[in-house]
Amino acid sequence: MDFLAQVLAWFTDPANWTGNNAIPLRLWQHLSLSVVSLAVGVAIALPIGLYIGHTGRGARFAVAVSNIGRAVPSLGWLGIAYPISTGLFQRAGIGFLPAFIGLVALAIPPIVTNTYAGLRAVDDELREAARGMGMHELQLLMRVEVPVALTVILAGIRVSAVAVVATAPLAALVGGGTLGAYILQGLALSDEVRVFAAAVMVALLAILTELAFAWLQRRAVSPGLAAAGDASWVEPPQLPAGPAIVPS
Amino acid sequence: MTSSAAVVTLDHVSKRYGPAGTPPAVSDLSLTIPAGEIVVLVGPSGCGKTTTMKMINRLIEPTTGRITIDGEDVMRLPAVELRRRIGYVIQQVGLFPHLTVAENVAVVPRLLRWPETRVRDRVEELLDLVRLDPATYRDRYPSALSGGERQRVGVARALAADPPLMLMDEPFGAVDPILRDRLQNEFLRLQAQVRKTIVFVTHDVDEAIKMADRIAILQRGGILAQYDTPDAILAEPASEFVSRFVGADRGLKRLSLGRVRDLALTSPTTARVGEARADVRRRLDEAGAEYALLLDESDKPIGWIERRDLSGDDGVTPDDATPGSPTLQPESTLRDALSAMLGSSVQLGVVVDEAERVLGVVSVDAISEVLRAPAATVR
Repeated sequence: MDFLAQVLAWFTDPANWTGNNAIPLRLWQHLSLSVVSLAVGVAIALPIGLYIGHTGRGARFAVAVSNIGRAVPSLGWLGIAYPISTGLFQRAGIGFLPAFIGLVALAIPPIVTNTYAGLRAVDDELREAARGMGMHELQLLMRVEVPVALTVILAGIRVSAVAVVATAPLAALVGGGTLGAYILQGLALSDEVRVFAAAVMVALLAILTELAFAWLQRRAVSPGLAAAGDASWVEPPQLPAGPAIVPS
Repeated sequence: MTSSAAVVTLDHVSKRYGPAGTPPAVSDLSLTIPAGEIVVLVGPSGCGKTTTMKMINRLIEPTTGRITIDGEDVMRLPAVELRRRIGYVIQQVGLFPHLTVAENVAVVPRLLRWPETRVRDRVEELLDLVRLDPATYRDRYPSALSGGERQRVGVARALAADPPLMLMDEPFGAVDPILRDRLQNEFLRLQAQVRKTIVFVTHDVDEAIKMADRIAILQRGGILAQYDTPDAILAEPASEFVSRFVGADRGLKRLSLGRVRDLALTSPTTARVGEARADVRRRLDEAGAEYALLLDESDKPIGWIERRDLSGDDGVTPDDATPGSPTLQPESTLRDALSAMLGSSVQLGVVVDEAERVLGVVSVDAISEVLRAPAATVR
């Protein structure tokens, strides 16, 4: 109880709400980095997934991407992205860019693989009916394939989003701020209260992200599909979310 | 339902999936499909019937040859425009699960950018046409429909833009036999109203005989074995292959094309309950007959009375008659009539109207006469 009281005290300490280490600032860094990384990840991964899912071409590529995504740990992405961003832009020590690159790389594989798998799971008879009725390929994709596969596609984006939010604290290692900053400070100062408070906030953000996407999924997916319970819905091939663990 | 039906011609059409030299899926096929008729493409698997059908809406493109719809070469039009003018029904129906019944039916009208009010009216009209109450079904999703209802929505969807031509790929292949029979009958009734040109693919020769105005029998490699009316094909198969394909019971199958009303009925000697036996005897003598048909007061048949049971002078009672002749309706198929007659003691069928009044009788001989006759001339 004593520990939790300390955590509560940390949250209510006015010193933690102002200055350049304030909770709102860290939250803002965390959210903006997450949102931008996810948005760019979607912008890259979704068209790739739609293309290979619709055409059936490049399936091997999709598998390779997902395997790389699985094989390289989040911290590894950061390690790869840091020298690239410093080398490329000659701006060592600015944390946002390497963290951003790492998180985008983390976000891409689940979206590509889920979009691909979702589209492939759409019954061929629907494609034949759509083409036979006179839909262009793009109309087939946007009016039939994507709506039917939407549950699986959104599940991929959800996995990515949660992974990004939960992994964003690593940005603190390269000076990118975020809630991870508190964790690093806490570890350096042996301030368990601060580590714990930050971890709670990261966990809450991840849960909220999950809930937001669950809500979005319910809103966006046609009730005709939710009620079906048949082959039009497949278990999404989810990838494990990146753990928000800081090395000690 | 105003749009007219289209004439479709296939002119020396071939399709080869592999490189030159590989056996073709369809070889040098020429067919004219008359406006407003149901033409069934039938044959064993690998005979190219589905390939042939899909070449008409260019889901498959012919290797050589020409296909025209109302004289217009299908290759001249952009494929999507061509397809929007052709109704298309597939075996699994292929309703879009994320769209409601109304949205499914509205797909082609919306591709054609009809104004929304016209789309809505058309959807109502079509759901009525396929006997699905719009208020009940409009906003349902396909997952909440039975197999038969889905099939009907599929037909409504294919008819949505009032195409002059419909392609149907084993449309009743995925439903149970009883439902299939009902859907076939419904579809024939619907076709009598809409009078589209219909190209219908099936592997089931009985379905072909039932649905077709004309049947094109294809054999392996897409070679046209025979193209004629069902009656002509059953009466005079053009080859060994056709006669094997339609089956050894083709005589019986031919009987299922004919109706009792097509036969010349004969009038039997009749007797009425209460009539004096002597009068009936005299009438049998005049007609040279052995049996009289006993009728009740409202002309309903009771049964047959044999001459030797007519001794004495009192009135005829229902107990004198031996029941046993099947009663037939003018709409009964000859096949059903024959089957009913063979199973009864008196091999005469009594044909009655809706009020069960006697119209006349038919004999087994009259039916077998039909089988000996040559095929009716092509309609």
